[in-house]
Amino acid sequence: MVIYNDVLETIRMLEEKLDIRTITMGISLLDCFSDDYKVTATKIYDKITRYAKDLVKTGEDIESEYGVPIINKRVSVTPIALSAMKNRDQFVHLAHALDSAANEIGVNFIGGYSALVQKGINASEHEFIASIPQALTETSCMCSSVNVGSTKSGINLDAVKMMGHIIKETAYLTREADSIGCAKFVVFANAVEDNPFMAGAFHGVGEGEAVINVGVSGPGTVSSAIANMKGEPIDHICETIKRIAFKITRAGQLVGNEASKRLNVPFGILDLSLAPTPEVGDSVAAILEAMGLEKAGTHGTTAALALLTDAVKKGGIMASSHVGGLSGAFIPVSEDAGMIDSVNCGALSFDKLEAMTSVCSVGLDMIAIAGDTPAETISAIIADEASIGVINNKTTAVRVIPVYGKGVGEVAEFGGLLGYAPIIPLNKYSSADFINRGGRIPAPIHSFKN
Amino acid sequence: MKAVITVIGEDKTGIIYKVSKILYEMNINIEDISQTIMQKYFTMLMLVSIPQDVKISELTEKFSALKEEGLSIQVQKTDIFDSMHKI
Repeated sequence: MVIYNDVLETIRMLEEKLDIRTITMGISLLDCFSDDYKVTATKIYDKITRYAKDLVKTGEDIESEYGVPIINKRVSVTPIALSAMKNRDQFVHLAHALDSAANEIGVNFIGGYSALVQKGINASEHEFIASIPQALTETSCMCSSVNVGSTKSGINLDAVKMMGHIIKETAYLTREADSIGCAKFVVFANAVEDNPFMAGAFHGVGEGEAVINVGVSGPGTVSSAIANMKGEPIDHICETIKRIAFKITRAGQLVGNEASKRLNVPFGILDLSLAPTPEVGDSVAAILEAMGLEKAGTHGTTAALALLTDAVKKGGIMASSHVGGLSGAFIPVSEDAGMIDSVNCGALSFDKLEAMTSVCSVGLDMIAIAGDTPAETISAIIADEASIGVINNKTTAVRVIPVYGKGVGEVAEFGGLLGYAPIIPLNKYSSADFINRGGRIPAPIHSFKN
Repeated sequence: MKAVITVIGEDKTGIIYKVSKILYEMNINIEDISQTIMQKYFTMLMLVSIPQDVKISELTEKFSALKEEGLSIQVQKTDIFDSMHKI
């Protein structure tokens, strides 16, 4: 029996931008890799277009039947570095195969041009990493990621060092479009194998043949509910967030199950992340401000974000049979109108963002920095962020965009879901000698649990 | 297939007529109906059963003609409400 109030509440939540952020189909490419790069490329293209040919249509059908918007349909694949190609040109050839397959089936993004090098880099992986800037420049919807550290194995500082240069080169090659190539590249520590969100999605080697992962969203529904709770104790706020997270997650679970049934692919996980968009009313910063902070980024922001992330997880965990991915709250600066405002008025600094990443679900995300930032400084930012993840047993990531030709005070325009971002000032002192040491930072003491 | 049709818009004559006419033409049976005026907005909920051969997208398309008259109409399968609001 459908209750009148439940229907109206659902309609109101939809108006407040409750949505399913993404249905991501993970596809294993392990059986496509051969010693001939052309054969590999053909097999990759054929397999993706065969498995995911109905993904977009299925998403659209479910959207129209349940009235819940499904913003993105995506594909993630086995990390391409595992194909062990001989040189960077061969890897770029595979990047084109991924991109063509994605365009053919009409998905928004394809992820998995990735490497896992948290402990060491072999010769082929070296070539793979070197191919990333060119691959990102020559493709339209392909995303790339590299995992450089984990709690179990420590941080590969040699890889971290390379990342600064890769990001700078990508920024240069895509300089005509405000270095947008960097928006499709993320550096992880403790990367998860079932993340449905871009740019970091890939289909881990422990995953099955194919899987459907769903990411939910809806920060607007949370901020609207909290806005009506002025003066109430913080426990009540936590309770309200839990209730909303539960309902959003249930919607996601329903969509995931339906998609899995119709596509005949097993349901993997539901990722409970609150992901903002540049639209007004769809902001994580607005939730923090509704809790009583004048601007996101002021003192108290870390505490507010910590309780938000925790309450979202607690509310969602009972609503879904399989929770996974990153699950928490995302704080991508350029994709969140409230975060952009906070940076513009000086309330939110780079250092505060770093502190916030120790309690949110991911990391330093979609932050525009000056184009002349040294590669070593970018590597040092990655080393800091990876350390937060490795020490705290959580995923952290860095997606920064050194906007070529622009400096602090200017604005980078990415368009669409990626939004725009004011360029944020960084610490001006050098980290070069530290980064250039290379080597490997050992795993922390609490990783020895066997 | 059971679905809920939610109609929200400014109150005026003929809303129920126009909505139920489309339902009649598509052979959709109305099982329950409730309506109220909230502030000055007409709000109507209909529980309907949709025949197997009718797609919700076709129905939504027909309703989109009523958008010009200031009516916002949503058609949603009932599972979404059961999932979200029941444990």
